[in-house]
Amino acid sequence: MSFSLQDLRGSAAITGVATYGCGEAPGTTDMSLLAHAAHRAVADAGLTMRDIDGLCTASVLSTMWPMPVIEYLGLQPTFIDGTMLGGSSFIAHLMPAMLALAAGQCNHVLVCYGSTQRTGTMNRKAVADARRVMDPQPYEMPYEPVLPVAAYALAASRHMALYGTTRRDLAEVAVAARAWARLNPEAFERGPLSIDDVLKARMVADPLTVRDCCLVTDGAGAFVLSRSDAARHGRRPVVHVLGTATACFNRQISSMPDLTVTAAKQSGAAAFAMAGLAPRDVQVAQLYDAFTINTLLFLEDLGFCAKGEGGAFVRDGAIGPGGRLPVNTNGGGLSCTHPGMYGIFALIEAVRQLRGECGERQVAGVKVALAHGNGGTLSSQATAILGTADTL
Amino acid sequence: MSEPQAAVLIQHQQALDAGRFLIQRCGTCQRHVYFPRELCPHCGALAPDLVEPSGLGTVHAVTTIRRKPDAGGDYNVCLVDLDEGVRLMSRVEGIAPDAVRIGQRVKARVHVDAGKGLVVFDPLEGAA
Repeated sequence: MSFSLQDLRGSAAITGVATYGCGEAPGTTDMSLLAHAAHRAVADAGLTMRDIDGLCTASVLSTMWPMPVIEYLGLQPTFIDGTMLGGSSFIAHLMPAMLALAAGQCNHVLVCYGSTQRTGTMNRKAVADARRVMDPQPYEMPYEPVLPVAAYALAASRHMALYGTTRRDLAEVAVAARAWARLNPEAFERGPLSIDDVLKARMVADPLTVRDCCLVTDGAGAFVLSRSDAARHGRRPVVHVLGTATACFNRQISSMPDLTVTAAKQSGAAAFAMAGLAPRDVQVAQLYDAFTINTLLFLEDLGFCAKGEGGAFVRDGAIGPGGRLPVNTNGGGLSCTHPGMYGIFALIEAVRQLRGECGERQVAGVKVALAHGNGGTLSSQATAILGTADTL
Repeated sequence: MSEPQAAVLIQHQQALDAGRFLIQRCGTCQRHVYFPRELCPHCGALAPDLVEPSGLGTVHAVTTIRRKPDAGGDYNVCLVDLDEGVRLMSRVEGIAPDAVRIGQRVKARVHVDAGKGLVVFDPLEGAA
């Protein structure tokens, strides 16, 4: 038997999604948050935990994370994927899960994540110190680059030098994210934010200020992926996976072939090819905004504008509410939530927009949504193109 | 079974500790490689040779890490493209961190501190 990726288009559907504990969740653990999100996502799919026979998960701290999750949730899965690519992981889990579903290896895959990065007992300094041993970068760490922010700052410096991108262009991204967050009751930062506020904020690593950087929050997210033929009996509008792909060329920023072109160029092109769609077909884009430069790079690499034109693309509120392309409608990692790895939250927001569940921030007439995950320091990239039933 | 070769990372660091900065050149495809590794990332051949670069390079990307004065103050982190065509993370010393510019010509120097060598760069005198 052989089939093409195009044959997989629409073969799987996201039948349940949930977030839990986003913001500050003192007195919880990574696992307790994950368990609540998992339970909610499974219920949202109209299933029970006993229906789950596939499991995808990843953790920043635990290298064998699928095993404790399987144990904790009482699963006996016939499909397991614990591929850890940083924040893109949960979007990267889509393709192996779709293949497993198509092959009949399993019926309902739970993809789940939880983190107490904000209030947890192991603080970020301790995590950074442990990572130096467990994930060594011996040719970068001696220069104390303060990762991840310094890597993104280096990429931003290059984009500014080559294309004339300005700090104000970067600030537009943060301001648009905040404008969306103000419409989202779940968002962590909902106060007003102006271009000037971003430009005058504390500099962390030039040209990035603290307002160019994502939040540090707690939170969990989960979704359920099922074969589309089994999904039509669920309670919610069906959201199909039309295309998805993952790409990675490097781990360290110093090994990135071109600091202004991410592997999203490859993952995006492959995802669009599988979906048989183009950027002009997308009504809403959820782009992993760990830092403001990310949004510019991904708008370019995914084909929403030409290389170098990201700054011009986002000017004058163009990706905010009422703009030409709604981007990060939940407020993104910059203003909604960012518990260590954000990719799953981008995907969940794309599903919610396609279902029409977004209340004040709902974009009218969304048929196709794109979710894009980034991992490491502009290292791994995973793209998903999702659509409503009438896009099949 | 023959003795396993010492990791090229160790050979590279031992040279640095002795004040010598080495990169690699692949004997098969002739391309330079950095950081050093056991296989050429361009053509897959085994064991690129360790070679001495000219030490000349150009600042490719730059940031200033902001740090409180009592913790040592701001410092430069940059990526440098060596004239051999490889890129590495480093810092430019001898000028203010925010005076380091993309396109600036720089020259490598091995800074040895407590027996441990590290590649840093100095602005190239008289360069545009």
